[in-house]
Amino acid sequence: MDSFFSVLDATIRVATPLVLAALAGLFSERSGIVDLALEGKMLAAAFAAACVAYMMQSPWAGLAAGMAAGVMVALLHGIVSIGYNGNQLISGVALNMMVSGLTPVLALAWFQQGGRTPTLDDAARFRSIELPFADAIATSAPLKALFGHNILVYLALLVIVVVSWVVYKSRFGLRLRAVGENPHAADAAGINVKLVRYLAQSISGALCGVAGAYLVLAQTGAFIQDMTAGKGYLALAALIFGKWRPWAAVSGCLLFAFTDAIQIRLQGSALPLIGSIPDAFIQAIPYVLTVVLLAGFMGKAVAPKAIGVPFVKSR
Amino acid sequence: MAELAIELTGVNKYFGEVHANKNISFAVAKGSIHGIIGENGAGKSTLMSILYGYYQADSGSIRLNGQEVRIRNSHDAIARGIGMVHQHFMLVDTFTVLENIVLGAEQGLALKQSLLAARAHLATLNRDYGLQVDPDAIVGELGVGEQQRVEILKALYRGADVLILDEPTAVLTPQEADDLFRILGLLKAQGKTVLLITHKLREVLDITDAVTVMRAGEIVGNVVTAEVGKEDLADLMVGRKVNLQLDKTPATPGKTVLQVSNLSLTDARGVKLLDDVSFELREGEIVGIAGVSGNGQSELLEILSGMREASAGSVRYNGTELTTLPTREPKAAAYRRLGIAHVPEDRSREGLVKDFSTFENAILGYHDDPAIQRGLLFNRKAIIERCRRFISEFDVRPANAFRRSGLFSGGNQQKVILAREIDSDPQLMLIGQPTRGVDIGAIEFIHKRLMALRNAGKALLLVSVELDEILALSDRIIVMNAGRVSGELPAAQATATELGLLMGGHK
Amino acid sequence: MSQPSNLPRWATLWLMPVLNLFAALLVSGLVITLIGEDPVECLQLMINGAFGYPEGIGYTLFYTTSFIFTGLAVAAAFHAGLFNIGGEGQMYLAGLGVTLVCLGLDFLPGWVVIPLALLASMVFGAAWAFIPGYLQAKRGSHIVVTTIMFNFIASALMTWLLVDKLIMPGSQTPATRLFAESAWIPMLHELAANLGIELPQTPLNATFFLALISLVVFYLMVWRSRWGYALRTVGLNEKAARYAGMPVSKVIIVAMCFSGALAGLAAVNELLGSTHRMNLAFTNGIGFVGIAVALMGRNHPFGILLSALLFGALTQGGLDLSFEKPAITHEMIILTQGLIILFCGALENLFQTPLALAFKQMTKR
Repeated sequence: MDSFFSVLDATIRVATPLVLAALAGLFSERSGIVDLALEGKMLAAAFAAACVAYMMQSPWAGLAAGMAAGVMVALLHGIVSIGYNGNQLISGVALNMMVSGLTPVLALAWFQQGGRTPTLDDAARFRSIELPFADAIATSAPLKALFGHNILVYLALLVIVVVSWVVYKSRFGLRLRAVGENPHAADAAGINVKLVRYLAQSISGALCGVAGAYLVLAQTGAFIQDMTAGKGYLALAALIFGKWRPWAAVSGCLLFAFTDAIQIRLQGSALPLIGSIPDAFIQAIPYVLTVVLLAGFMGKAVAPKAIGVPFVKSR
Repeated sequence: MAELAIELTGVNKYFGEVHANKNISFAVAKGSIHGIIGENGAGKSTLMSILYGYYQADSGSIRLNGQEVRIRNSHDAIARGIGMVHQHFMLVDTFTVLENIVLGAEQGLALKQSLLAARAHLATLNRDYGLQVDPDAIVGELGVGEQQRVEILKALYRGADVLILDEPTAVLTPQEADDLFRILGLLKAQGKTVLLITHKLREVLDITDAVTVMRAGEIVGNVVTAEVGKEDLADLMVGRKVNLQLDKTPATPGKTVLQVSNLSLTDARGVKLLDDVSFELREGEIVGIAGVSGNGQSELLEILSGMREASAGSVRYNGTELTTLPTREPKAAAYRRLGIAHVPEDRSREGLVKDFSTFENAILGYHDDPAIQRGLLFNRKAIIERCRRFISEFDVRPANAFRRSGLFSGGNQQKVILAREIDSDPQLMLIGQPTRGVDIGAIEFIHKRLMALRNAGKALLLVSVELDEILALSDRIIVMNAGRVSGELPAAQATATELGLLMGGHK
Repeated sequence: MSQPSNLPRWATLWLMPVLNLFAALLVSGLVITLIGEDPVECLQLMINGAFGYPEGIGYTLFYTTSFIFTGLAVAAAFHAGLFNIGGEGQMYLAGLGVTLVCLGLDFLPGWVVIPLALLASMVFGAAWAFIPGYLQAKRGSHIVVTTIMFNFIASALMTWLLVDKLIMPGSQTPATRLFAESAWIPMLHELAANLGIELPQTPLNATFFLALISLVVFYLMVWRSRWGYALRTVGLNEKAARYAGMPVSKVIIVAMCFSGALAGLAAVNELLGSTHRMNLAFTNGIGFVGIAVALMGRNHPFGILLSALLFGALTQGGLDLSFEKPAITHEMIILTQGLIILFCGALENLFQTPLALAFKQMTKR
């Protein structure tokens, strides 16, 4: 029972930044812009959040800075992909490299602690919210796992609900999907395609900003070089795994986070029938699943039709 | 005189050197169906794009309901009550009908209100015009005719009083077309003005009140439909261009090279692109395939050249069945090896690689030729020599084998392709639009070479939308309409009028 | 892909990459200024570190060697219209091939083991690229996403193998035992010593010559053979390739294998040429640098040679620089790489319009 609880608890903690990043990617890709830059957006945000939270001694200031940094990287991606009709894939790869290089350089210059930032005091972090009555309500492990998280976890929950509403039930969502599926039809209907794409990039940047800030303000308490460690790509995989739909992408994130959580649990221990599974195999599950899905062996993942193609007005 | 919905005066439009619309003036009465008819490239689409705000006229004025207006973009056009049904539908396939209809016309933050309002409005429109479209259907799953009705609904929903339809029946079955005409009649009855762009005589005669005929960017006639006959319209539409002078000796056809029987092609949506096409082609003759583009000629060429699989039917080439040819390499390569050369319709997208140097394009499709290999590598000298030979024999200018193909004029690109295909000494030559976008001097040159090829005993299949070209070169003419052979006749007996009628499917 | 521009050929081929490179370096310089250092001084230190003394040159050329291979790998796929981000993973797997041969066959003499190891590196690299290539050609799975996934899968696989299986018995660090000395590829200073020339000790080894040969072979294959002709036709105009009767799917798959094999050779330089054992971090981003090298070098062997040299110099000069200026670490080089990819790859047309205008003005006069 206890181990079950701790696996669920860990799943939620690991899943939160993934969920935020995957939903960020959803905006970007649904608008027709391939987003390999999720990793870079998150990493930039983590760095900005760490710096500002340290200087201002406030997690909220850190969060705001993280979001701003995410938006900045997103707008760079936007200027290249939307403004200059550049290659979106290359832009993403380049931005990830740039952020991965720039952040430790700045960290070293500003804090002289190698490539990292000073560890934050408790006051500058988001702490778990312990409700006095939680133990009374939460009688089973799944319920218990829902309590005792920090505010960003609950914010992420709210974001899921809001995003799925925005994408499917709002005017902006309709235009977002139209622009990603058939920008020429959207254009003929009088919609400003580039504007919608820039807005989608900004939202993507802001959500990645929260994800990146989470890593620092709720988990490590400091910026560490390359601390996103592929989470951006994992989120992208979850997005594809979820066939570019919010709830399905979230499920993908939970699944990937769950594999991560049980991997720690299973370390060294042998399972009945199968014997011991090397961690690496469990680690690889998300990536293998994504490839299998992309290969069309598990239903067809149909990307937004106009993805990756710069919009050039015809006629 | 009836009240005027649209009045154009002296509209001109240039694209660089090309004068696409020359001094266009005409008027459309309110509550009428007005046809605009002309061949490919007559300037109809440009004109309609000006009306819908995609282009700005370089000079001239547009009046809507008596008021002079400037239409700067599609947004402006919609606001002024102009709706457009594009030939290639502007719909989001993954959306429902309702979502497509409100897209761009939604109000407020949430969709719900807009969708509810639209649903109610749609019910009225559906009833008033007998459109019968399910608002909750996914557009991508609808048939072409229904999708078109969604486009019409979209325009009506935005309050269009003037509806422009660009070649609306190009993709429809005859039944669907009849349905469309019924709807257009209802629109007219409700006081809407309809502009119908088409090349099909039958439609114009059947449903329009007045017709504007365009040719080569100019208006050649503004007539009341009831007062003209189909022959007059066909004459006006096709016109008399510069008569191409060619020394055409009588053909001496030899044995049959190509025998096409009951060839059909159905696309993924079940639309018949080719329908039971049969004909034969003999040595030493040119068979011309006439027709407005998009009536199956392209698909026919693709199948005959091995780039596409037919759905049914047989193609025999020198007695060999091609459709079931056992080969491990792609069919296009196998056919070429058998002596079928192909000058593709879409020169710059298929016939050559623009970023290649000319000498590289001189071997496209023949890159396996042993004569240009030296061990594992190309014999570069031989390739360049071959290209230089092409250049001098076909008078390609500038005479530079290393120049990128994309930098050459259309005529010179075409000469390189033609040289390459002729050089392979084919038995059967498939030629699509040999002189599209080619300057006059090169046209004459290309025509002479094709004639020489025919006189040398080759079989030539010529697809062209230029009637004059078909008439000047062909020994026999096959006319295609809606994927079918609508007529076959000896060139000597063919007149432009008669061909025009067949091309319009009116016979 | 690209439209014929109005610019003269030399401007597109030389001026634009140089301008793009200059823009990237300018931004790097701004960052250096921002952290309180003098970019001009840093540039001098870097150039001196990369070319100013014999050891420096040796290291520069050693890094250049690997970059040539991964740059060619990216270029090979690019010519077929494919963006292979999987060089890192392909190189990783190639390292496994090399290691298995070297550890398993170390009773054989070097002249047998080394060619076998070379072959294994290419086969393993190609195999790891084959799957994404196959999935792209036959099932339409996007090559970029699958190669990224394959990088992660490769990393997980290799971690497991190194930690659990191939680790040197009794060791704590995840690395194999040293390969038999007979399998080491001779260092350049050793070769030179045989000829009586004294060179400083650097990891520069005979693989460098293999890289130079690869450049030539790459050129001949891609530009002078019918195989490369089909490759480029598919990459530039798939419709024309179908018109020409080329087997498009096959061309795509073979191109990926070719690409993977080239990436694999980079592992030979690192493992047989320098470390002589496999560890977890031997790929060290070399696969990703290949992207920058190929984009900067316009996917042409001569350009790749120059840009690999540039990146080799950046790496070596950057290391030297970081000794002198502790504030400027290796990450500064990664930033610069990213900037070069951005300016040369995604913003390649940034200067096209202004340049075209400038040329128009000039020709008018």
